Amino acid sequence: MTTTAILSDDATTAAPPATPVPRRLLAVEHLDVSFASGHGRSARSNHVVKDVSLSLEAGACLAIVGESGSGKSVTARTLVGLPGSGARVTAGRLEVAGRSALGRPERSWRRIRGKDIGFILQDALVSLDPLRPVGREIEESLRLHGTTNAAARRAKVLELLASVGVPEPELRARQRPDELSGGLRQRALIASAIALDPGLVIADEPTTALDVTVQAQVLDLLAGMKERGTGIVLISHDLSVVARLADHVAVMQGGAIVEQGPVDQILGDPRHEYTRALLDAVPSAHTRGVPLTSAGRESMGAAAGRVRIDRPAGAPAVLRAEHLSKSYKGPDGRFATVVDDVSFELRAGETLGIVGESGSGKSTTAKIALAMLDPDAGRVLLDGQPWTELTTSQRRPRRRTVTSVYQDPLSSFDPRWNAERILLDALDAGAFSTAAAQRGRIVELAAAVGLAEEHLAKHPLQLSGGQRQRLAIARALAPEPEVIVLDEAVSALDVSVQAQVLDLLTDLQQRFGLSYLFISHDLGVIHHMSDRVLVMKDGRAVEQGDADEVFTNPQHPYTRELLASVPRVELAGSVD
Amino acid sequence: MSTTTFLPPTAPSTSPMPSLHDGGASFAGRLSALRRVPVGALVSAAVVLFFVVAALAPRWLTGGDPFAIDLSAALQGPSAQHWLGTDQSGRDLYTRVVYGTRESLLIGLGATALAVGIAVVLGLASGLGARWVDGLVTRGLEVLFAFPVLLLAMLFVTIYGPSVTTQVIAVGLGTAPGYARMIRGQVLSVRTSGYVEAAHALGHSRARILRRHLLPNATRPLVAVVTLGVGQSIVWASGLAFLGLGVAPPSPEWGALLDAGRLFITHAWWLEVMPGLAIVALALASTTLGRFIQSNLEGARP
Repeated sequence: MTTTAILSDDATTAAPPATPVPRRLLAVEHLDVSFASGHGRSARSNHVVKDVSLSLEAGACLAIVGESGSGKSVTARTLVGLPGSGARVTAGRLEVAGRSALGRPERSWRRIRGKDIGFILQDALVSLDPLRPVGREIEESLRLHGTTNAAARRAKVLELLASVGVPEPELRARQRPDELSGGLRQRALIASAIALDPGLVIADEPTTALDVTVQAQVLDLLAGMKERGTGIVLISHDLSVVARLADHVAVMQGGAIVEQGPVDQILGDPRHEYTRALLDAVPSAHTRGVPLTSAGRESMGAAAGRVRIDRPAGAPAVLRAEHLSKSYKGPDGRFATVVDDVSFELRAGETLGIVGESGSGKSTTAKIALAMLDPDAGRVLLDGQPWTELTTSQRRPRRRTVTSVYQDPLSSFDPRWNAERILLDALDAGAFSTAAAQRGRIVELAAAVGLAEEHLAKHPLQLSGGQRQRLAIARALAPEPEVIVLDEAVSALDVSVQAQVLDLLTDLQQRFGLSYLFISHDLGVIHHMSDRVLVMKDGRAVEQGDADEVFTNPQHPYTRELLASVPRVELAGSVD
Repeated sequence: MSTTTFLPPTAPSTSPMPSLHDGGASFAGRLSALRRVPVGALVSAAVVLFFVVAALAPRWLTGGDPFAIDLSAALQGPSAQHWLGTDQSGRDLYTRVVYGTRESLLIGLGATALAVGIAVVLGLASGLGARWVDGLVTRGLEVLFAFPVLLLAMLFVTIYGPSVTTQVIAVGLGTAPGYARMIRGQVLSVRTSGYVEAAHALGHSRARILRRHLLPNATRPLVAVVTLGVGQSIVWASGLAFLGLGVAPPSPEWGALLDAGRLFITHAWWLEVMPGLAIVALALASTTLGRFIQSNLEGARP
């Protein structure tokens, strides 16, 4: 570590990025961050970052990987002087952009934030001022850091927006964040972060909220910046994103770095057990029919073999959609077709994956399949009987045949109820002669999804994200359905929790002979789960067929584009 | 209210619903939960309790007669014998405030109950009914909003004459639009919530969803607002009484006390200040208690 001191001395002279000795942008040694919480007697200190050491040079990308709660975001925020209120930061050394960051007053941070360090946050909608056109937002940072000429600032804004791939920058600069799509918002946020050409960019989950094709564009953009000499700290839970951009990876768990090294080594030959589990948990084409977690492998009794049963082709269709169409009248008075002539068939015991980007009409299709929304044209048959054509009261008794799990389980639970009450509500009250039998069934349902009896007394808010989704699945199981519609049911979960939930779903499908209509924007998850796939774009079903066939030999150009956009953990050979 | 922050949002005591099988909660556990209640809420509860006792059994709190005239002791300031002083007829003010609690509280509770009753009906009709119903109710409420509460109430009392009943109705009608608008907003957000959708998807009937989800969740914020409203209604009613549109003297209703004391304000300040303090104490205590209840009900929410 003696050489690093010499290097960082060089850094203070601000050598241009093109010099043979790369500029050191980040030198962190033994960083600890803790938060005080509670008052008086209940006061305790929450140690969230433990003994973290990192370094980064210009033109390189360091990825910090971990699950929520691993301390990766707090680490990133500490690097820009925003660890959060009540944080206690100590470090043997904390140099950011060539200057010591320890005990730096807020005023001095403000001078270098934006100018020397750009910070990109995950959610552009909350990070951008909703009342201000995005152009002005970007202009603001230029103005604060000394560009006094208004015309020059405006020209620079347009240049920046164009450089991050925003089409029609003149128009977009005048629009407010809510008028822009998610991808455009994220790019506008990146434009404001790089407005002053900072040498170091810290990106906290920059692509997590984005569709794959937009994600690919944003990653290309960041890769371009890296080539031009910008140092990037990438915070992500998504290993495939990391594989695409990072040179160096640090894996965090419980506040500490468990493994650190070059990207090829970490993803290709992980030494630490946790890194290996994390890599195994990524659903993809390779993992089809294989449990994603070691627990899943044990419980399903197939350590290496495929557990998927090949279903006979002649299985009856439980859900059959014929030429569905749905359009809405927009605020401008024109009709927008959200679902356009979509037909599909879900056979007993199989999983049909519907994949597409946001706005492709997949959620609307799911709602029609659930008969929560009437199609303008076409119909859905349930077990060969009319379903969407029924009246509301005719549908009611049959609703228990098709249940659903939503992306955000919390909002789908009555806020007054605990877990037991939620499950109780989903049971057929008339089917139980005694309270004990009813209670027994609730415990049985909880056990089926891996929830313990003690969880039943808890309010959903007291459960973790994974437990909440398990509760939502238990509720969907309660009416003993034939079909469960899963609309982005695992999208909000960490990769290892997602792996557990996916294993659970596979297990339940086999035990109860369920059919899944599985909707996701994540092609890896879709490929892992589905027997057959339906690809949607702009309300139309552009391609459908056997999952392996669609993914290995896509016929439609859009499917090909979608597949090409997916970043992959190509180096991970661990699952074969 | 900073007092609420003493209660960590995830503390077990803030769990909004006890478990169905909650037989195990020990007495010691409840006692330790009580120790975590902020001082402000405890004091407020004591104040509210005092006034409730005053309303139900005033004799427990004072041995005197609120109407006993003793001209030799007229207009005396607060002393050991007359805690809050005496009025122009020598009547003990403390006794009168205690005996006046029943009518004042009745007006406060009655007016709030009436207002909430009207508001729930209008709010539900507006939030669940056809678009034209919503339009009609909303426009109607807007018209009512254009008039100050006091003006509406004065008009009503002028027509029907001053009494406890007319005061209850006047203040109740005057404050109903505010509640109605709140409930309408709640109904609209609950109606489109994920859990109502989930209940529909489970095949539950509309009546069941209305009963189990819509009504309880839409009226949830009312608990706190109602306690605020009780204090506020008393203030409104006192305002009416002060204008001579309240309960007639010699009733010891607080507004009437304020009205009567007005003439002596330059040489007997306690006749105005003491009943005023009673109103403030009750309003403040019920408000603090209301906020505490609300923070507990919603404590488990992020």
